[in-house]
Amino acid sequence: MAGVPLYAQFINLLAAILLLLAFAMLAQRRVLTLIDLFAAQGLALAISTGVVAYGTSQPHLYFSTVLTFALKVILLPWILHRLIRRLDVRWEFEGLINIPTTMLIGIVLVVFSFNLALPISQLASTVTRSTLGIAMASVMLSFLMMITRRKAIPQVIGFLAMENGLFFAATSATYGMPMVVELGIALDVLVGMLILGVFFFQIREQFDSLDLRHLEKLKEPDQ
Amino acid sequence: MIEVVLVLTLPLVGAAVLALIGERDYAPEVNVAASLCTFVAAAALTARVISSGPMLVLDRLFFVDPFNVFLVALTAFVGFTTSLFSRPYMRIERAHGRLSTGRLRLYHSMYQLFNFTMLLALLTNNMGILWVALEGATLATVLLVSLYRTPASLEAAWKYFILCGVGIAQALFGTILLYFAAEKVLGAGGGALLWTELNSVKGDLEPTVLSLAFVFLLVGYGTKVGLVPLHNWLPDAHAEGPTPVSAVLSGLLLNVALYAVVRCKVLVEASAQTSFAKELMMGFGLLSVVVAAFLLSRQKDIKRLFAYSSIEHMGIITFAFGMGGPVANFAGMLHMTVHSLTKSAIFFAVGHATQKAGTQLIDGIRGLITLSPMIGWALALGALAILGMPPFGVFASEFLILTTAIRDQPWATPFLLIALGIAFAAVFSKVQPMVFGETNAQRLPERPALIPVFVHLGLVLMLGLWIPPYLAEWYRQAARLIG
Repeated sequence: MAGVPLYAQFINLLAAILLLLAFAMLAQRRVLTLIDLFAAQGLALAISTGVVAYGTSQPHLYFSTVLTFALKVILLPWILHRLIRRLDVRWEFEGLINIPTTMLIGIVLVVFSFNLALPISQLASTVTRSTLGIAMASVMLSFLMMITRRKAIPQVIGFLAMENGLFFAATSATYGMPMVVELGIALDVLVGMLILGVFFFQIREQFDSLDLRHLEKLKEPDQ
Repeated sequence: MIEVVLVLTLPLVGAAVLALIGERDYAPEVNVAASLCTFVAAAALTARVISSGPMLVLDRLFFVDPFNVFLVALTAFVGFTTSLFSRPYMRIERAHGRLSTGRLRLYHSMYQLFNFTMLLALLTNNMGILWVALEGATLATVLLVSLYRTPASLEAAWKYFILCGVGIAQALFGTILLYFAAEKVLGAGGGALLWTELNSVKGDLEPTVLSLAFVFLLVGYGTKVGLVPLHNWLPDAHAEGPTPVSAVLSGLLLNVALYAVVRCKVLVEASAQTSFAKELMMGFGLLSVVVAAFLLSRQKDIKRLFAYSSIEHMGIITFAFGMGGPVANFAGMLHMTVHSLTKSAIFFAVGHATQKAGTQLIDGIRGLITLSPMIGWALALGALAILGMPPFGVFASEFLILTTAIRDQPWATPFLLIALGIAFAAVFSKVQPMVFGETNAQRLPERPALIPVFVHLGLVLMLGLWIPPYLAEWYRQAARLIG
C-alpha cells in the first residue's frame, strides 16, 4: 500500500466495515439487533465522510458528516426503536430464503458490483475511488435484504441501508454531492421515515400484524 | 422571475393554510382558490416566456424553456380543474361516510404539496433537486393513496412506496454518476448538476459513465412513469386512492417523471454518440404499449382499466421520445398534453360514475346515460378520445407517431398498430355497456362537477383540429432542444 496516504487506507478500512455490516444485516433475524447494525453502519459512514473531509480538505463534507451522524446514528434509530416499542414487536421474522443461500447470493452480488464499478473507478481521480465497488455492493445487498424479508420493518431498514450505500457512493466517487442536494435528500429520508411510522400503525390497525403476507391481495384478476 | 417564485410559493402557502383549516366546510373552495392562483401565476409565467424567451433565474437555480413551460402550464391547469372536480367529489365521499374530517384536512394539504413538488421538479435547473422533488411527490401521494385506510388502499400505498422508493434510489445512483462525470468537466460544486451547464458541455462528458448513469436513471424514473416491467404499483395506486388523486397521478405525475427521463436522455445521447439511449427508451416504450394493451381486456375494475390505459399511453410517448427527431418529439409532446387532458377528464367522469353506481366494478356500472346523460356522454366521449378516434387530439399525435415510426423504425409499426387495435377493442367493449343498457345508478347528494370534463375534452378536440400557433412554435422549439 505504498504511496497511498494514511487517511485513504483508513477509508478503505471503513469501507470494508461497511460491507461487513451490510452482510451482518442480511444475516440478522432480530429486529432490535438489525436497528443497532443500521446505526453502526451510519456511524461508519459518518466517520468515513469525516475522514474524507479531513484528508482532502473539503469543508462542506464536515457538514454532511454532522448531518449523517445526527440523522443516521441518532434520529432514525431512535425513531425505529420508539416504533418497535410502541408496536410491541420484538423477536421474530424468517426470510423468504434461508440465510446461507442469501449469503451466497450476496457474494455473487458483490463480485458483480465490483465488476460493474471497475470501469468507473478507473476514471475517478479521487483517492477513495477503490471504494466505489463497495458502495455499489452495499446498495445491492440492501436491495437483496428488501427482497428477501417479509416483514414491514426489516424492509424499511433495508431501504434506509440502501440510502447509506448510495451516500457512500457519492462521497467515495465525487467527494459528496452539492450541499443543497444533500440537504434535500436528508429531508426526504426523514419525512419518508415519519410517514412510514404513521403507516405502520395503520397497517397494524387493519391487519393486527406487520406481516406483509396480508398485503398480497391486489393481483391481476384471473380470467 | 417573480412569476417563478409565485408559481412555487402559492401551492406551498396553500398547503400550509389547508393543513390548518382543511377540514372546514369551505376548505374545498380554498383548495380551488389556491389552485386557481397557481394557475394564474403559471399563465403569467407562460406569457412572459412567450414575450421574452427562455430564462434563467435566482442564481441559475431555476430555468424556463419551451420544453418545461408547456408542462408547467399544463400541470397548473390540470391541478386547477382537478380541484374543481374534487370539490363536489370529496363532499359526496364525506356524505357517504368514507372520510373523517382529519383525513379531509390531510387530503387538501397533501394535494397542494403534491402540486408544489411537481412544479418544483419541472422548474428546477438542478438534477439533484429534480430527484428530491420527485421523491417528495412520491411521499405526498403515498398519503393520498392510503387516504381511505381500507386494507386494499394500505396495500396499494405500501407497494407504491416501496417500489417507487427503490426505483427512485436507482435514479439517485444515476444522478451521482452524472455528477461524477460532470465534475470532471465543470469542476466540483453546485454548478456541476445544473442542467443548463451540463447541456452546454454535454459533448465532453465521459460516455461510459453517462451510459451507465442513464440505465439507472431510466429504471429509476421509469418506475414512476409506469414503464413495463416496473409498472406494478400504478394500477393499484390508481384504483385504491380517491379519484381526484388518480386523475393527477395519471395526468401529471407520469408526465413529470417522463420529463426527467427526457432531460437525461438529451445529455446521454450527445455524450455517448450512439443510439443506446434511444434504443433503450424505444424498447421500454414498446414493451409497455404491448403488455398494457393485452392486460386491458382482463380488467374488472374501471379505474384499473384506465390506469392500464395510462401505461399504454406513457409507453407510446416514451417510444416517440426514444425515436427522437423533430416530428417524433413534437408528437410526443402533443401526446403528453392531450393524454393528460383526456385521461384526467375520463377520471372525473369515472369518479362520478362510480359514486352513482356505488362500485368500481365494471359489471356493476350500467346504463349511465339513462339517469345522468352528461356523465354517460362524458365517459363515452372521453373513451373515444383516448382510443385515438378522430377528430380528437390523441388521433393527431398518434398518427404523427405512427407515420414517423413507419419511416424511421418500420419494425416497430406492426406492434404499435396491433396494440392500439387490441386496446380499442378492449376499452370500447367495456365502456359501451357502462354507458348504455339498463340502469342501476342512484342520485348523488351533490351536483357533479362536469364543467372540467367538457373543458378538457373541448381542448383535446381543439388540439386535434387546430393547434394555436404559439403552442406549435413551442413544441417545435422544444423538439429541436431535445434533439
